[in-house]
Amino acid sequence: MNGSLRWRIILTLVVLLLGAAYVLPSLPSVQKTALSRFLPEDKISLGLDLKGGIHLTLGVDVKKALDNTLVRVGDDLRAVARDEGVMVLKPKVLGGDKLEAILLKKEQQQALEEILEKQFNYLNVESKVDAQGGKIKYVFTPSPEYKKFFAKQTLDQAVKTIRNRIDEFGVSEPDIRKQQSSNRILVQLPGLNDPERAIKIIGKTAHLEFKMVDDSVDMAKAEKGLIPPGRELTVIRHRLADGSYSEKPIVVRSEAVLTGDYITDAQTRFDQFNQPYVSMSFNGRGGKIFERITGENVKKRMAIVLDGKVYSAPVIQDRISGGKASITGSFSTDEAHDLAIVLRAGSLPAPVKILEQRTVGPSLGQESISKGVTAAVVGSALVLIFMLVYYGFAGLVADIVLVINVLLILAGLAAFGATLTLPGLAGIILTIGMAVDANVIIFERIREEIRRGLTARAAVGEGYSRATLTILDANLTTVIAAVILYQFGTGPVRGFAVTLTLGIVSSMFTAIFVSRILFDLYNSKRAADAPLSI
Amino acid sequence: MGLHIIKPDTRIDFIGSKGKAFILSAVLILLGIGSLMIKGGPKYGIDFAGGMVVQVKFDQQVTVKTLKAALQGVDLPGLVVQSFGQADDNEVLIRTSESGISSSVLRERLNSALKTNLKNTGFDIQRLEMVGPKVGADLRTKAIEALYYAVLLIAIYISGRFEQRWFAAAIMAAVLAGGIFVLQLFGVPTTYLIFAALVITLGCCWYLKLNYALGAIVALIHDVLITVGIFSMLDKEFDLTIIAALLTIIGYSLNDTIIVFDRIRENIRSKTGDNFADSINISINQTLSRTLLTSGTTLLVVIALFVLGGGVIHDFALALLIGIGVGTYSSIFVASPVLIGFGPGSSDAEIPVESA
Repeated sequence: MNGSLRWRIILTLVVLLLGAAYVLPSLPSVQKTALSRFLPEDKISLGLDLKGGIHLTLGVDVKKALDNTLVRVGDDLRAVARDEGVMVLKPKVLGGDKLEAILLKKEQQQALEEILEKQFNYLNVESKVDAQGGKIKYVFTPSPEYKKFFAKQTLDQAVKTIRNRIDEFGVSEPDIRKQQSSNRILVQLPGLNDPERAIKIIGKTAHLEFKMVDDSVDMAKAEKGLIPPGRELTVIRHRLADGSYSEKPIVVRSEAVLTGDYITDAQTRFDQFNQPYVSMSFNGRGGKIFERITGENVKKRMAIVLDGKVYSAPVIQDRISGGKASITGSFSTDEAHDLAIVLRAGSLPAPVKILEQRTVGPSLGQESISKGVTAAVVGSALVLIFMLVYYGFAGLVADIVLVINVLLILAGLAAFGATLTLPGLAGIILTIGMAVDANVIIFERIREEIRRGLTARAAVGEGYSRATLTILDANLTTVIAAVILYQFGTGPVRGFAVTLTLGIVSSMFTAIFVSRILFDLYNSKRAADAPLSI
Repeated sequence: MGLHIIKPDTRIDFIGSKGKAFILSAVLILLGIGSLMIKGGPKYGIDFAGGMVVQVKFDQQVTVKTLKAALQGVDLPGLVVQSFGQADDNEVLIRTSESGISSSVLRERLNSALKTNLKNTGFDIQRLEMVGPKVGADLRTKAIEALYYAVLLIAIYISGRFEQRWFAAAIMAAVLAGGIFVLQLFGVPTTYLIFAALVITLGCCWYLKLNYALGAIVALIHDVLITVGIFSMLDKEFDLTIIAALLTIIGYSLNDTIIVFDRIRENIRSKTGDNFADSINISINQTLSRTLLTSGTTLLVVIALFVLGGGVIHDFALALLIGIGVGTYSSIFVASPVLIGFGPGSSDAEIPVESA
């Protein structure tokens, strides 16, 4: 055995050991044993299509959130201007991210523009028109940089809120990531058996407001659309004995006296009739506001509004101090529990919409795995037998490296933390068929060289050196296809691209490098001119 | 010596039969395109068209007809019921073009309809997928883009590797980028843009005499077109996994083509054969065993996948099966003759000579 061969064997053994170390933790029979302590922790994670679970694509309505924010910006602008003695009418939000503000006195134009420059530099003046009575009508739009910043911030906060909610809900290994370019969020929740409930929790905006009820408005008129300014018509829901809900109209003041932003904690509790309710704690500032409002509005009704719907509208009996409040609505226990989760986790900065949803039951996942594995075993067995029959000893070499190849693919999946999906499984099976290709190219070349009269040993050397470049060329194009697949693909398709790439790389290593070692070992024991079984 | 499927001294005149091969390919492609035109384009699955699909497993046999009757009253537009997987699985797919309702509403509607109309049959909703129209359109654009980028990068790679003409390849990329930019200025939709880009790529390859790239690209477009055509004729749906299959076919077809090209290049350098056509013929014959063996082993596993892999992967395996078959044929009968038609055969002086 010469020196180069010894080093090649050592290198191969190291790679094999590494491969085994990464594959073993994924085997259930190894996981519980003492051996597992010495192995890496990376396991092959199964995709949702193999394990069961939910995949969601959520669209975040950044535009809506921006409009909401512009309302607040408008109020700020007016307040700041008033402090400086500049009179501005209450600004309005127009469609398409525009804010309209009317300056009452033309001579204050300079002062207003200084305020804008100093404190609202993210607003661009789109138009400035003289109106009747010496007024000036301004239309502002947020600067593109601000819009970009705002979109990023909104998305980040939405991801954080959703993550909080899912953590509270108790899903192991959730995967939540944002797609900045399209204002979308991808959520993957493996192994969940109540998808609908999880979807509801994620999608709830959970925008909590406290608004005063106006009982002086005539309901009949209100329902026809005759509502005094500053009031709005909404519905209050009642849970009926059979678990369904009825809704009744109610008129509230548009302006919220307090919002859910001040909540520090929310819990499910039960009253003396064993009815669930949600108890909330406010932070210091929220507690003070709540105390003041309740003090000012004794004997009036206060509506608790969540996402535009009134949950309950209790009569305030007395000033409430201590920063605690409760939503006594009419819930089922699960509902109260879920409501507490979303209140605790905070509200979403913008409404989200489910754009794509894929739910796979765990039983289907099991079935997919077992069928995939059967196909892989049968397919590989056929290939192994065929190679052995067709090439004899050389076929045995090809078979050995094929097994190593599969081991390395699995190890690669574990080491890179890639997810094995159903198409990924198909990718492995396909790779098994294609993996022998490199060996076939080499063997056919060796056969040609032997026919030309070379000795076995020389033919092996010539065959390998001539075939190597061909194999590299041919496989690189497949890698290009796989890389593009990875770039554009989502979920399962990416899994396929990863396994395909891993398969190609490891098959090149095993077919060019490892199988050569086996030939060299075989030839080194025999006479230089002994015939080769190929 | 082991077995041989192809005798070592085989001399089949592949180039001589290029006329027949051309007719066969043209017929297959035209049939496919005809089928696509009659059916108004590819039949998109919910991945690309948007909509909802529910896979339901019953505890006893339920015919599609009974099920359709049972779901009659359900308010779902474009409702399609089809059996799925093996007959004894008792599984069906229920599709609707609706994507505006929530999955819980859909579950509820199906549950109540099945419970009232199929009283004694137990069932289990195994899979539910919803894709909104916006996401579907995005995925469609991305899929076409992916196919296109694969072709472009491969064209550049082959031109560089086989003809040492990285500069020409760069010109091609530049022309392409310029062309796309101009078309984008006129607001041409992405789908047409991609087709325009493919035509530009082919035109560039032809004009710049990037023959190997031209041959490889013609072969892979051939394979993709035929696979898509056969899928359309079989009334199969296109979804994301089929795109994955098509890209794999592209990779496989090229793999095959390049191995033949590699041998052609080698034989031209060592002046094997009387002329260019003869060199090509010799090269194809020399690599024929390998082509058939590799296709054989790959087909073995794909057939295993097709028969045993289960319903979800069935169409994916079918696409691979067709693609690998066609890819093998095209690397022998399509890619190499293209070299003759436009290639260095017209004047021997143009034979690319370089050191590897």
